[in-house]
Amino acid sequence: MEMNHIYLDHAATTPVAPQVLSTMKEIYGASFGNPSSIHSFGRQARKIMDEARRTVAASIGAKEKEIIFTSGGTEADNMALIGSAMANKDKGNHIIITAMEHHAVLRSAQFLESIGFDVTYLPVQENGQVSVEDLQAALTDKTILVSIMYVNNETGMIQPIVEIGELLKDHQAYFHTDAVQAYGLMEMDVTALGVDMLSVSSHKINGPKGIGFLYAQEDVRLKPIGYGGEQERKRRPGTENVAAIAGFQKAVQLAMKNRDKNQQKYSNFKRLFLNILQNEHVHFAINGDPSNMVASIVNLSFPGANVETLLTNFDLSGIAASSGSACTAGSIEPSHVLTAMYGSDDERGKNSIRFSFGSFNTEENIKEAAEKIADIVNRLTSKEGDIK
Amino acid sequence: MTENRKKRVVVGMSGGVDSSVAALLLKQQGYEVIGIFMKNWDDTDENGVCTATADYEDVISVCNQLDIPYYAVNFEKQYWDKVFTYFLDEYKAGRTPNPDVMCNKEIKFKAFLDHAMSLGADFLATGHYAQVREKDGRVEMLRGVDNNKDQTYFLNQLSADVLKKVIFPLGHLQKSEVREIAKKHQLATATKKDSTGICFIGERNFKEFLGHYLPAQPGEMRTLQNKTVGKHDGLMYYTLGQRQGLGIGGPGEPWFVVGKNLKDNVLYVEQGYHNDALYSDGLIASNANWINPVPKTFSCTAKFRYRQTDSIVNVKLMEDGRIKVLFDEQQRAITPGQAVVFYDGEVCLGGATIDNIIKEEQYLDYVG
Repeated sequence: MEMNHIYLDHAATTPVAPQVLSTMKEIYGASFGNPSSIHSFGRQARKIMDEARRTVAASIGAKEKEIIFTSGGTEADNMALIGSAMANKDKGNHIIITAMEHHAVLRSAQFLESIGFDVTYLPVQENGQVSVEDLQAALTDKTILVSIMYVNNETGMIQPIVEIGELLKDHQAYFHTDAVQAYGLMEMDVTALGVDMLSVSSHKINGPKGIGFLYAQEDVRLKPIGYGGEQERKRRPGTENVAAIAGFQKAVQLAMKNRDKNQQKYSNFKRLFLNILQNEHVHFAINGDPSNMVASIVNLSFPGANVETLLTNFDLSGIAASSGSACTAGSIEPSHVLTAMYGSDDERGKNSIRFSFGSFNTEENIKEAAEKIADIVNRLTSKEGDIK
Repeated sequence: MTENRKKRVVVGMSGGVDSSVAALLLKQQGYEVIGIFMKNWDDTDENGVCTATADYEDVISVCNQLDIPYYAVNFEKQYWDKVFTYFLDEYKAGRTPNPDVMCNKEIKFKAFLDHAMSLGADFLATGHYAQVREKDGRVEMLRGVDNNKDQTYFLNQLSADVLKKVIFPLGHLQKSEVREIAKKHQLATATKKDSTGICFIGERNFKEFLGHYLPAQPGEMRTLQNKTVGKHDGLMYYTLGQRQGLGIGGPGEPWFVVGKNLKDNVLYVEQGYHNDALYSDGLIASNANWINPVPKTFSCTAKFRYRQTDSIVNVKLMEDGRIKVLFDEQQRAITPGQAVVFYDGEVCLGGATIDNIIKEEQYLDYVG
């Protein structure tokens, strides 16, 4: 019996779009030059990169020189935090982030803390958002950086970036946002958002892995976090991954073109998905506030179940989803995001699953997945004597 | 679900060679095999390094070689509540617990079995050296054919209902054959060293580990005639028949632990491996588990420790649920807290926990 595999984990990564793949194949085959070389081969590669940079910059209303290609979202976040903190020590040593940031930001902040910076970890409200008042209260004249994600990767909760940008307008602190989960779905004009730095990853928008960028407003003082050549205006050494950059460009073009359509599509998927679970009498709750959530992500808590059993059962039925709780080698660390929202004793930290939709999902596989999930959850929770 | 669907087996994979080969054999036999790594203990050190991570990496390598899915499951809480708490309580009571028996009973063949069943598995398999067979409608557990490796001693608390759902793919093999199979198939774990010691202590210093959880109360070492001959570091650090670490010098034969007095915090020691104080005629045991029903009195063979050769015993089920076991020949250093496991030839009948020691029709008080 051949099983239908259904992918509902697009917040983890997405399949590469066919157009992206063909662009990359072409570039890999034809343009192997090193963009820094002064001969024709180098120029050819450099031209491809320049065009990609133009596309990417335009997609967020930035200047080309404000785009630093990186190996992905993690490096962009690392650079934004460590690079700007190191370059602005003279202005202060205080950094503010939220407790729900991606580990790329969280662990960078912890590193900075270990070398003497003061870090404030803002709490998260039960609705999954950070409070602008909390941020205001935490700001001091020593604050040099505020890093708050645009959309949380586990809950899909949209953060009040515009309000925060407004608040920080007249403060010395740089404002960085990790926009990895927002890019391709949300309004993304850096001036309108009021951000100084913004991180984006390619593989979340049907582009290749191993590429992303950091937008850094041209006046932002930034130290490199790696050492070598003078690529990316001396901010990021290493020979550029030209084919990946070209593939990324293609993915950006597709994402921009299809943004509204995709949003509509994912909203429909989410509605359909939740309706089926409801009709099948599945006992669940949405983590976060649906009115401030991206369409592509929904994080559900299933009382009476647990993450490991759910995910294993889903996978054995061909359904790919994930949870924010790290389950490497059997250690369960409850999701730091849900813990920040609900406290460490709350069961939701251990019984919640993130489903994330993508452009290659169809209504049929959303339906099939929802029905299978309903069967599994009902089977697992009925044992607990749950009355549905 | 179609009728001829492959039977689904969950294999408990530790990252060792035994469970790797167990998974391989099941796959060859045509089962749908799922590898699951169990994490029962968090030994993460100050550098964030934990042996489970490396072991799980080995599980992943082997599962990828076999092309089977792999997952992990965490039973730290259950292990703490059911095994580790028991382990500490027994030491507090001056006894010598057997956490492996308890782990099999409460974790591997209960919590983990439930987990496997919740994944739609038909069977649970492990790399234990033991065999299950059905005979005349009864499920029986037999020793593993490798005498040196037979693990039925640790599995004595499993019920027939549990064994019905269990496969031990290595039971008919010698350990050397298992290694050979692993090498032949170039499994990532083929040459990995066998783990030793109690799983949560590993190769760490036992004394240090225990002292971390239980306060040690040093006291006196005395002979059974109450003559003080030395000092002990805490009764929990000693077990009956032990010679090492007593630190008593002087003339004559070496000294051995022969008993404990918990009330006065005294460790009893006597001289000579074959000192009469170490020998007994029988025992009383509780928590008896019989894989299949047994008569009220019967004779069979028994082991009082892992890897001991069998001795002939006469068993009597008592009114209060405990059992009385009388030995054909006197036994040395029978230890409260350890398991007594019964056999009829190759068949393991079940087992119980040793509570009291009998000598000349009386309880030996000094053993503790």
